[in-house]
Amino acid sequence: MDFALDIISWILLAAGGAFVLVGGIGALRMPNLYTRMHAASVTDTMGAVLVMAGVMLQAGLTLATFKLAAILLFLLITSPTASYALASAAMLAGIKPDAGQAADLEQDS
Amino acid sequence: MYFVVTFALLVTMTLALVRALLGPTVYDRVLSVNMFGTKTVLLLSVIAFLAGRPDFLDLALAYALINFIGVLAVLEFFKSRASRREEELRGEGGG
Repeated sequence: MDFALDIISWILLAAGGAFVLVGGIGALRMPNLYTRMHAASVTDTMGAVLVMAGVMLQAGLTLATFKLAAILLFLLITSPTASYALASAAMLAGIKPDAGQAADLEQDS
Repeated sequence: MYFVVTFALLVTMTLALVRALLGPTVYDRVLSVNMFGTKTVLLLSVIAFLAGRPDFLDLALAYALINFIGVLAVLEFFKSRASRREEELRGEGGG
């Protein structure tokens, strides 16, 4: 049983690491602000949930699991809020989500 | 296995820092710093089990709170600055 739990938690941790890495590469390589935000939100949802679930399975039913669940709940509430605030502030500042002109090379800061 | 996740998180944090240094607008920088903070929370939680010190989880929780409030405060500051600049431009154009 312990061995099965180890296997499951390792799979979850590896998948979480892969999602985090993909999101990081996307946040660096995507062409403009909103696509970068899209890439970064992958790490905030799938990456965080998978890594936290994997660590929680390793911790067992202890106080650490409760703390991890609290951190995960807080992250799941706050990261959409921060993303919304960021997108709203960028829209108000006049950065348009223009699909045709994808690269932000022409826009001044 | 913790080493692999730690390495992936560290690489992602490096990429986020590169984007924060490159980022053409200030919002790219805020996005990268927000992502960096979230990854720091995850890294602290993983390191708590890598090093066998569960008290790191308290640090992770505190860091999550500070990161969220900090990002919102910075965004509010830049939003009010952008709208004030727009007011000034409109005032100059009208007068």
